[in-house]
Amino acid sequence: MGKRLRRTMLYVPGSNPSMLADAHIYGADSLMFDLEDSISLLEKDSARLLVYNAIKSIDYGETEIVVRINGLDTPYGQSDIEAMVRAGADVIRLPKTGTAQDVIDVEKVIEDIEIKIGKPVGTTKMMGAIESPLGVINAMEIATASPRMIGIALGAEDFVTNMKTKRSPEGVELLYARSKILIAARAAGIYALDTVFSNVNDEEGFRNEVKLIKQLGFDGKSIINPRQIAPVHEIYTPTQKEIEDAKQVIRAIEEAEEKGLGVISVNGKMVDKPIVERAERILELANVSTV
Amino acid sequence: MKMKIVKTGMSGTMESSDINIVIEKGHEAGIKIHLQSSVEKQFGAQIKSVILETLGEMKVNDVVVRAVDRGALDCTIRARVQSAVMRAVKKENDMDWGIL
Repeated sequence: MGKRLRRTMLYVPGSNPSMLADAHIYGADSLMFDLEDSISLLEKDSARLLVYNAIKSIDYGETEIVVRINGLDTPYGQSDIEAMVRAGADVIRLPKTGTAQDVIDVEKVIEDIEIKIGKPVGTTKMMGAIESPLGVINAMEIATASPRMIGIALGAEDFVTNMKTKRSPEGVELLYARSKILIAARAAGIYALDTVFSNVNDEEGFRNEVKLIKQLGFDGKSIINPRQIAPVHEIYTPTQKEIEDAKQVIRAIEEAEEKGLGVISVNGKMVDKPIVERAERILELANVSTV
Repeated sequence: MKMKIVKTGMSGTMESSDINIVIEKGHEAGIKIHLQSSVEKQFGAQIKSVILETLGEMKVNDVVVRAVDRGALDCTIRARVQSAVMRAVKKENDMDWGIL
């Protein structure tokens, strides 16, 4: 798994030229240009071309570019994939992923296009949004269906509707789906991303949800407004004390390795492999080099 | 792909940073562009050249283009011309991506 942070994945409707031009200035870790649900059927073709030309011409710097395509069961999916692979999107996000076969089908189309245009096979990565009970049941198979898969995400709105319920502030209705997706992602060694929080004006509710999903272990969250970026990054940024403790652990383990010692202790607490990994994760999140 | 204009093709909105493009079959040979833009003095020639270049890549001739620009980037102009053409030839979801 790469060290890229994916705390925030900002939705940008593919039909809006102004937002396509400016979306990267707010500092989200990834941008998700949408060709699917936010685009009316009459504008699927024009949104695809706007996103295609934007990716080819606009310098988004280090920001990861993800494109949510229409499914292959629609008249748009094939053309969406072809355009985005040619444009050079980093990641193709599959909507409504229910089975491993959904991933394999899209992968086949991506691979054919990469071969056709002479792009190294495997360059274009994939992620799957799991939005149905079937997808949740198949989370592990979906996560491992292709080496291109970098993550799986929960799409809660469709999911709760399928479950005959609705979202609550506490999110108890999502607990199983979140846990299942997270465990599948961890077992597969890929990222786990949480669903959107739709009420942009409820900052307290949003912060509570971000704290919950961070505690569960998610890498980050899909977001729908630039205003949601800062709270997520703030909650995901370790405190100064956590950073100092983590640096101390790393220094101690490096010294111990030089001296050929195995288990060591720092400030009276035993330090072993999981503690070291946690310290490394904190430093990654803090964007601090371990040197 | 043969680009035969079979109807008027329109794409784009009147919103800021966008450009509205209408493409019709011309009655005379060549490409005629009618441009309205808030930045016409500074960028009129550049906008027209992007339109012409995009039509050239798609091998489209003998059309009239009506463009109302609201400060679109070049990549937006290209996208709007391309989708207006594809709509005018009624192949919206049947693009030959190799030509772009």
